[in-house]
Amino acid sequence: MASAHSRMRCGEFRTNYRQDTTIFPTPLARRVAVVSVLLLMLVPMFGSAYQLNLLIQIGYYGIAALGLNIVVGFTGQISLGHAAFFGLGAFSSAWINSTTGIPVFFCIPLAGLMTMAVGLLVGIPAGRIKGLYLAIATLASQYILEDFFARADWFTGGSAGAMANPFSLFGYQMNSDRSYFYVVLFYVVIMYLAGTNLLRTRDGRAFVAVRDHYLSAEIMGINLNKYRILSFGISSLYAGIGGALFGHYLGFVSAEGFTIMLSIQFLAMVIIGGLGSVMGSMLGTVFMVLLPEVMEFGVHLVGSNNSALTQALAYIKEMAIGLAIILFLIFEPDGLSHRWKMIKNYWKLYPFSY
Amino acid sequence: MNFELLTQLVVNGLIVGTLYGVVAMCFVLIYKSTRVVNFAQGEFLLIGAWTCWALLVKFELPFYLGFPITLAFMLVFGILLQVLVLRPMIGEPIISVIMVTIGLSMFFQALIAWIFGGYTKAFPTVFETESVNIAGLQIESAYIMSMVVSLVIMVGFYIFFKHSRFGLAMRATAFNQQIAQSLGISVKHVFAAAWAISAVVSALAGVVIGMVNGVSSALSFIGIKVFPVVILGGLDSIIGSIVGGLTIGVLENVAEFFDSQWLHVGNLYNIAPFYALVIILMIKPYGLFGTKDIERI
Repeated sequence: MASAHSRMRCGEFRTNYRQDTTIFPTPLARRVAVVSVLLLMLVPMFGSAYQLNLLIQIGYYGIAALGLNIVVGFTGQISLGHAAFFGLGAFSSAWINSTTGIPVFFCIPLAGLMTMAVGLLVGIPAGRIKGLYLAIATLASQYILEDFFARADWFTGGSAGAMANPFSLFGYQMNSDRSYFYVVLFYVVIMYLAGTNLLRTRDGRAFVAVRDHYLSAEIMGINLNKYRILSFGISSLYAGIGGALFGHYLGFVSAEGFTIMLSIQFLAMVIIGGLGSVMGSMLGTVFMVLLPEVMEFGVHLVGSNNSALTQALAYIKEMAIGLAIILFLIFEPDGLSHRWKMIKNYWKLYPFSY
Repeated sequence: MNFELLTQLVVNGLIVGTLYGVVAMCFVLIYKSTRVVNFAQGEFLLIGAWTCWALLVKFELPFYLGFPITLAFMLVFGILLQVLVLRPMIGEPIISVIMVTIGLSMFFQALIAWIFGGYTKAFPTVFETESVNIAGLQIESAYIMSMVVSLVIMVGFYIFFKHSRFGLAMRATAFNQQIAQSLGISVKHVFAAAWAISAVVSALAGVVIGMVNGVSSALSFIGIKVFPVVILGGLDSIIGSIVGGLTIGVLENVAEFFDSQWLHVGNLYNIAPFYALVIILMIKPYGLFGTKDIERI
């Protein structure tokens, strides 16, 4: 007689609430996550500078993308101004560091809190309006903040830009890609764990309730205004920390970097990865960071001596992003995380898929 | 205080405002009949103006041939866009529909910049432009022409929606899709027609602006300026878009005046409409003429 352990699994069956609200859905998923973080820690020893640069980009954009997913995917609000908050984080961190002399180590979370404060302020009108009107209001906030960056010399250095000091810990300067990678990895792990954990709490469930049916949520005693504004605040916190990491990585923050185009790219990350999925935010970011690189590779493959094509590379990259957004929305509106779930289910149930 | 400059700027504002009004009308037309917020409205102007430019300059067609071909091209383009991209999105959440139009906007902006380059190019002179002196103000005849074209378009819209059978069908669809369908109106055709009309009329506006200011990628920014206009007028009101267009046109020129005279902050011209937008959303989110949503459970 076969013991319980030798039977093939045909799905995940949860029998109590505790099993339903774990951070990782299965013990295997937890082990995979831990092992992949450990493997990533080995990358700086073997990886090239190019690979490290890409991974660091994925790290700070991924944090900001998770923030956007909290407001768009979990609370069902629309934000077209995420890049402005990302920029605000980068400028705040550089500003706090250069004016007060607080070490960069503390500046990054402080910049996150400062961005969160502004996000809460912008969130106040968002508490009243929703859908389209909110999309347009956040579009306006994007332009207003962008204009502010270009003008506020005391804060951003105006058109000249701001210098951001490198990250240091116990007197050890982390200004190379190799050492900075660990800083970004640390923040990614913390922020993603916090994000997953948020969704297990009362507040996280309130966000999802507001998204699914705001009237029912209000009838059940959820304060709509509070949670809409709060989700904006939390999303700005993520954007601020991502932006601060970005600023200290480049060492120089310029006002031109945080345009509506970057906001659209953040939205693309969230939609391509999957709305309402923590892991999806990371998958979408990987996709969006690698897409331009793949385009570049493709162009060089087709014609490295074809100068017309090489000159058009910037346009081709932009077109690829636009096209990716359109195609994903038409053919895979639930994003990469949904596709991943389907692949997993296929193997779990193979060969009897019903 | 320089009154002469102020009146000149207000007149400029009114002229630009009528053009904003026309583009906003096209935006409202799509929103009203298909419930899609079109972030790619500015790209219609861009594509229309560049197509016309290419026909006149590269293929050296005369204006009376090149211009109708441009309009015909935009008609087909609008219909194809609706059928291929927007039709699969019916019934999807608002965020997806918004993102599809943003994706379109990004794609076409890059494509046009690739084909035509990033520099402003002058339109071949179709009409002789000269300054006309009206009541002591110097106004270029090109501006007067653009204003006349805008007014003709507005009257055309009015006649089409009030006195034609298809216009009535479109209004019925905007009022209630299900009832319209049960009365035998082909909602599919109405949707395609809304996009086609919007594309054609936007292209017309694009050509007019191109003649006055030259053709460049800056045309697509008008598609963003449309948002303050429609929010002020109300998202689903044609009259509102005209009133909103004139108001925002004057507002940005007056802002420019105060900026150059006293404030000296620079760039207020472009940003003032967005401050106005936020204020309107705070106090009157449905605009001057928009219908207030009442939700029933």
